[in-house]
Amino acid sequence: MTVHIPSALRSYTGQKSEVEVEGRTVADALSELDRRYPGLRFRIITEQDTIRAHIRIFINDEQARDLSATLRPDDQIHIICALSGG
Amino acid sequence: MPRSTTMIASQPATGPVTLLIGTRKGAFFLRGDRSRRTWKLSPPHFLGQIVHHLVLDPRDRRTMLMAARTGHLGPTVFRSIDLGKTWKEAQTPPAFPKAPEGQNGRVVDHVFWLTPGHASEPNTWYAGTSPQGLFRSDDGGVTWKLFSYINDDPQYREWMGTVQDGTPDGPKLHSILVDPRDPAHLYFAMSGGGVHESADGGKKWSPILQGLEVVEGFDLATATFHDPHCVRLCPSNPDRLYQQNHCGIYRLDRPSNQWVRIGNNMPKRIGDIGFPMVLHPRDPDTAWVFPMDGSGVWPRVSPGGKPAVYKTRNAGQTWARLNKNFPASQAWWTVKRQAMTADVHEPVGLYLGTTSGEVWASRTGGDNWSCIARHLPEIYSVEAAEI
Repeated sequence: MTVHIPSALRSYTGQKSEVEVEGRTVADALSELDRRYPGLRFRIITEQDTIRAHIRIFINDEQARDLSATLRPDDQIHIICALSGG
Repeated sequence: MPRSTTMIASQPATGPVTLLIGTRKGAFFLRGDRSRRTWKLSPPHFLGQIVHHLVLDPRDRRTMLMAARTGHLGPTVFRSIDLGKTWKEAQTPPAFPKAPEGQNGRVVDHVFWLTPGHASEPNTWYAGTSPQGLFRSDDGGVTWKLFSYINDDPQYREWMGTVQDGTPDGPKLHSILVDPRDPAHLYFAMSGGGVHESADGGKKWSPILQGLEVVEGFDLATATFHDPHCVRLCPSNPDRLYQQNHCGIYRLDRPSNQWVRIGNNMPKRIGDIGFPMVLHPRDPDTAWVFPMDGSGVWPRVSPGGKPAVYKTRNAGQTWARLNKNFPASQAWWTVKRQAMTADVHEPVGLYLGTTSGEVWASRTGGDNWSCIARHLPEIYSVEAAEI
């Protein structure tokens, strides 16, 4: 599946906006992402394995509420920095 | 804990000073010349990141740590070993342990405070977080672990209170102090949660609350209600501490556990409310504060819109107003607890950063001031580095 990387995290991915990963769940995909780009996961997932307050993860057009959400090989995963801040 | 008073002599520095400035939108270096008359501002580092603290390691004068997060992304620590030319992120930033299934674990919102360890422990650093957590690194900031039992201790957790008990930006652990005579003799402070001391490297901690006041109506004996804003240990006499508290300015002379409210000697029309506390590097009787309005709804800006630093040269018995070249009116400055500092020159240089993005400096211990940078983002911290 493809993970779409927001601009705020592209310093980790060498400015790549899309990364191909494998995994059965969002947790798997993010572990794979963190293995390749160390530190990325903790910026979006807390130490309690919850999605950070101003981060949203969508699988295709459906929001994943937690890391146990399941994935299919052709899924598009979007990491979104929520509309907030100033 | 009885200790003999030790006066530690240090020679004034003579080289150039660089100010390390943490702001809500990134970090900046403000480089001074040897005379501290002209200053040059660097481009931003980590533009857009919220930088709560940026500190040079005085033991190697090369390593810097930066506490950062963004509005969206979680907290981390960046590390440079070449004076800020290049940065690497900590491999394991400060984080609380994962809670057992079904329990609510704590989440570090931001790293708030960084303190280099003792001179005899060259790779040791301490970090304080929001919500209150005490962390330590023994590899120069690459990996961080919880330090000491206080993070999980029921009594300490009760004293830490909830998010609602802390400051509007979240409750914080700060003012981590290391006795230069003894790496095992430590202090930290919590907003809220009081001031605490360990004589054995963090195996046991005890609050030091005697003499401190709390907001009217709350229990003096409960650490939760104590809000030390900034605690400093005299470099020249580690048996003396000063504190700018939510409720006044205090001094503590060890081995006594009794804080003395030296802010009562401030002019009544000014009061003794503020955030920063700055100490002279060689004279334990000299300190500076930046009073802010603590009346009514606590605006915490310069009283009357007339900013001034107050200086004591006799350990808080008397205070002198220092405001030469500050705006005479309509200047509603707020200076946060990490945003005022001193260098180690003679005369001592003082520096303060405002939330409105100005940096002011005095080469004369506060007698004269000049604005050395403006139009910066909201300033969170200013540290003077001899580089």
